[in-house]
Amino acid sequence: MARSILHVDQNCFYASVEMQRHPELRNQPLAVCGSQEDRHGIVLTANYLAKPRGVKTGMAIWQARQKCPELVVLPPDMAEYIRFSRMAREIYSDYTDQIEPFGLDEAWLDVTGSTGLYGNAMEIAQEISRRIKFELGITASIGVADNKITAKLGSDYKKPDAITRIEKDNYKEIVYPLPVEDLLYVGPATKEKLRRGGITTIGALAEAPVEFLLHRLGKMGVVLHTFANGQDVSPVQNTEHIPTIKSVGNSATTPRDLINNEDVRLMLLLLSESVCARMRELASRCTVVELYVRDTELQSFIRQRKLATPNCSSTELADTAYALFLANYHWEKPVRSIGVRGSGLVEAYECVQMSLYQDDQRRQKWERIDATVDEVRNRYGYMSLQRALIYTDPLLGRINPKDDHTVHPVGYFA
Amino acid sequence: MRKVYVPVTVRFDTEGKLRPLQIEFDPAHRYAVDKVLDVCRAACQTVGGVGDRYTCLIRGQECYLWLEKGRWFVAAKS
Repeated sequence: MARSILHVDQNCFYASVEMQRHPELRNQPLAVCGSQEDRHGIVLTANYLAKPRGVKTGMAIWQARQKCPELVVLPPDMAEYIRFSRMAREIYSDYTDQIEPFGLDEAWLDVTGSTGLYGNAMEIAQEISRRIKFELGITASIGVADNKITAKLGSDYKKPDAITRIEKDNYKEIVYPLPVEDLLYVGPATKEKLRRGGITTIGALAEAPVEFLLHRLGKMGVVLHTFANGQDVSPVQNTEHIPTIKSVGNSATTPRDLINNEDVRLMLLLLSESVCARMRELASRCTVVELYVRDTELQSFIRQRKLATPNCSSTELADTAYALFLANYHWEKPVRSIGVRGSGLVEAYECVQMSLYQDDQRRQKWERIDATVDEVRNRYGYMSLQRALIYTDPLLGRINPKDDHTVHPVGYFA
Repeated sequence: MRKVYVPVTVRFDTEGKLRPLQIEFDPAHRYAVDKVLDVCRAACQTVGGVGDRYTCLIRGQECYLWLEKGRWFVAAKS
């Protein structure tokens, strides 16, 4: 039996969410950009007024401003985008339990089993499109097909706010003329290899002999051949909403060896601040604090402790790590490197068990202070606001663990 | 129109369902919610925001009251 697969793609997702909640910006070219510091920030998403002006994802803010001087630039609010993504998933889950997200703004749905209840795949697509508009105030493009690859081609075919059905009767007419790089998994390198073989459209790829593709591209050539013919059989994987990040950590080999508790306390504060800032960016809190210590002989150990409540306050993280350190290190040798990790992450707006005692209010207050510090630092740079303690040792205090930490915590194809 | 966050008196029943009882624009303007006609998730097109939309009957007039991320708001005439 033929399957009914939808691919839903929220148009200009980050920008659309911002336009929804800022009605005054709806008629202006707008871009959501990485960092507010003009020299470093890049465009994450541009809206449909900015795109025709040449503003593209990945561009530096200054380049985007050259193309479009009146561009409105907003910082990203990941927690809000995750909330919207989650609400969209709630809509999908009314029609199927087979939902495979692809990033925050895209998802495949297998509605084969629901067609008896809610009408055919096109009718379900129309219903989902209408509900996303009404309930989330943003638009989506939906592709309807009998497999995931073709469904994705469908949602890319017409934007914004459109539904494209691609099935056997119109497959060649719609898909064959498309450039081959529109196909999922055809990147610049594959595109170039195919071009040298005279293949530039999906149609040419579909008609090419399999042996030729196998010779040119290896196993992947056969896979792409089935993709181009709309014969992808991979199931819609029912996966979790967001690729779950299990922990966030930071460690540093310090510019000089640490020789006493004060040195360690300073470093733990510094590292905790960056760990907590990154957790807040991911809209999560940790339930376990992990301490890593390595001495000058390169002997190392890890100790961890569970927190009473999920937390993203740097003071509390540093205090817990420091307590772990005092209980476990006896200063037989100086310390060479040290690290803090928050693990057992939970999403920040999952319900938190409240405490009857005062320390809850104190914790909330500290979290607000941390958030304010984040804002000031986003605007004026990491070094603009520092704890006084950091200045007691300029050599150690100079480290900027957050921005110097270049490994991106999220792998897309993890 | 502008987005105005308002204090709301709410009753939770034993099932955990909540019902807004009274909206307070300012101490001089408090309005009892006579009836809740509908509740649904909805986007507020006029002033922006997404949440649970309560269609309330207040003094014979239907109006929308939104609950977004734990805060109540209305779209007020400016």
